[in-house]
Amino acid sequence: MKKAFGPLLVVVAVMFVVAPFLIANAPYESTMGLIQKIFYYHVPSWFAMYLAIAVCGAASAVYLFKGTPIADAYATAGAEVAVVFGLCGLVTGPLWGRVAWGVWWQWDVRLTTALLLELIFVAYLMVRRFGGPGAEKLAAATALFGTATAPFVYKSVDIWRTVHPQTTVIPTLKPSMGGPFAFSSLAFLLLSALLLTARVHLAKRQMMVDEMYLAYEDQS
Amino acid sequence: MFFRTAWLVLRKDVAIEVKSLEVLTTTLFFAIACVLIFAFAFVKNGQAPEDAAAGILWIAIAFSGTLALGRTFERERYAETLRALLLAPAPRPALYVGKLLGMLALLASAEVLLVPLIAFLFQAALFSRPVLLVGILAGGTVGFSAVGTLFAAMLVRARSRDVLLPILLYPITIPVIIGGVRGTAALLASPVDEPSAIMWIGILAAFDVVFVTLSLWTFEPLMTE
Amino acid sequence: MMRIPLLLAALVLQPPPGQSEFVPVNELPAADKLPAAPFLIAAYAFVWIAVMFYLWTIWRRLNKVEADIDALARKTPHR
Repeated sequence: MKKAFGPLLVVVAVMFVVAPFLIANAPYESTMGLIQKIFYYHVPSWFAMYLAIAVCGAASAVYLFKGTPIADAYATAGAEVAVVFGLCGLVTGPLWGRVAWGVWWQWDVRLTTALLLELIFVAYLMVRRFGGPGAEKLAAATALFGTATAPFVYKSVDIWRTVHPQTTVIPTLKPSMGGPFAFSSLAFLLLSALLLTARVHLAKRQMMVDEMYLAYEDQS
Repeated sequence: MFFRTAWLVLRKDVAIEVKSLEVLTTTLFFAIACVLIFAFAFVKNGQAPEDAAAGILWIAIAFSGTLALGRTFERERYAETLRALLLAPAPRPALYVGKLLGMLALLASAEVLLVPLIAFLFQAALFSRPVLLVGILAGGTVGFSAVGTLFAAMLVRARSRDVLLPILLYPITIPVIIGGVRGTAALLASPVDEPSAIMWIGILAAFDVVFVTLSLWTFEPLMTE
Repeated sequence: MMRIPLLLAALVLQPPPGQSEFVPVNELPAADKLPAAPFLIAAYAFVWIAVMFYLWTIWRRLNKVEADIDALARKTPHR
């Protein structure tokens, strides 16, 4: 996993340098104009979060039922990265909404549940930090509930009529917008993988410290 | 074996509670205090806004339910009975179900008193469709209790458990609370919005299935140390 | 000119229902809403800053951990 960091970093850096040109050349949206271009960062941020949540959920399940320590490392990494990208989504969204809808925030089902999803993974991190011994398992259970909520958040905008655009926007994108969007999404997904790699590396090194410390204690 | 275990756990909890009624009375009083605080926060010209009754009912259930969960499992922790339960040769999910039923009984008892109180204080026609009302209350309470019982049980041995329980519980159960509020509000609308209420009961049922299943699945590995 | 307050009022009071499709055009429509550029820039900047900040926290924690590993390696004689 660590070996992937270097090449990933290069690919992601290149993609993020190229992306602004693609986005600038993309056409404007007829009703929203310039502000719609936040779309190329907003939706991919949420995709990156979903990837991190999937990693966190899967790793948490493995950790809870098998007890593999490395799974715990992936779970923590997934949760942290999910919180970071969720924050990006929750900031870019209102910035877009302020211009497009005239309001910073609306308590419609998509925005509310997205905020809750972020809070669930923030709670995960708090449990790990403040829960004392054995907190990893409690956090893992929380992550499972969070992962179960994620599909609901995604689909909510199709089930209820909300102010937020529906998921049909993406499949119906014209190629002039779809191209930059796909590129941007890939860039963000790879960025998510990059951050996960880095964080898992950190977790592994922290596990190494714990082992060495125990070995040291055993000696003296 | 499964149902017998669950039933025994439930009977034990009810027997202990009935002796002092401590958790039930404190939960109920806290719920009433909640209702009053929120009522005063929203009252204008001597009247609370229209949909307030639905929201206040479910806030009271959520807050007092969290308190009840904390108190119930604090009792277990104090007497170290949870460990005894786990040592018993009983299927773990059955223990969870027994605890869940106990929690449901507690919250149901509180709601029996809380709902008429709110109907009275806010002149809310909650009882115009009693079957739907019971459906919504049941759906919301089961969802909330399912997650709450799991988290309260797993936090018994954690540090900062009092503050962690709300932090973990509310984000996960807020969809259930929203369902409860919207469903109750549908019943309070004039005319009564029956299709909406039925839809919300369906959504709450779906949540309940997911939450109970997840909780049953994770209870065993969580309780094993 | 007189339509602008009405438009603003309409925007503030009634957010439009969720779109189901984005319609591309090649020229900007008449600017009758809030200026979009500052918000767009703020959005992109935030994402960049957040990601950079997170990477920096990882780097900082990693340095601390590597220092701990070195310290422990020195204290523990190699077997």
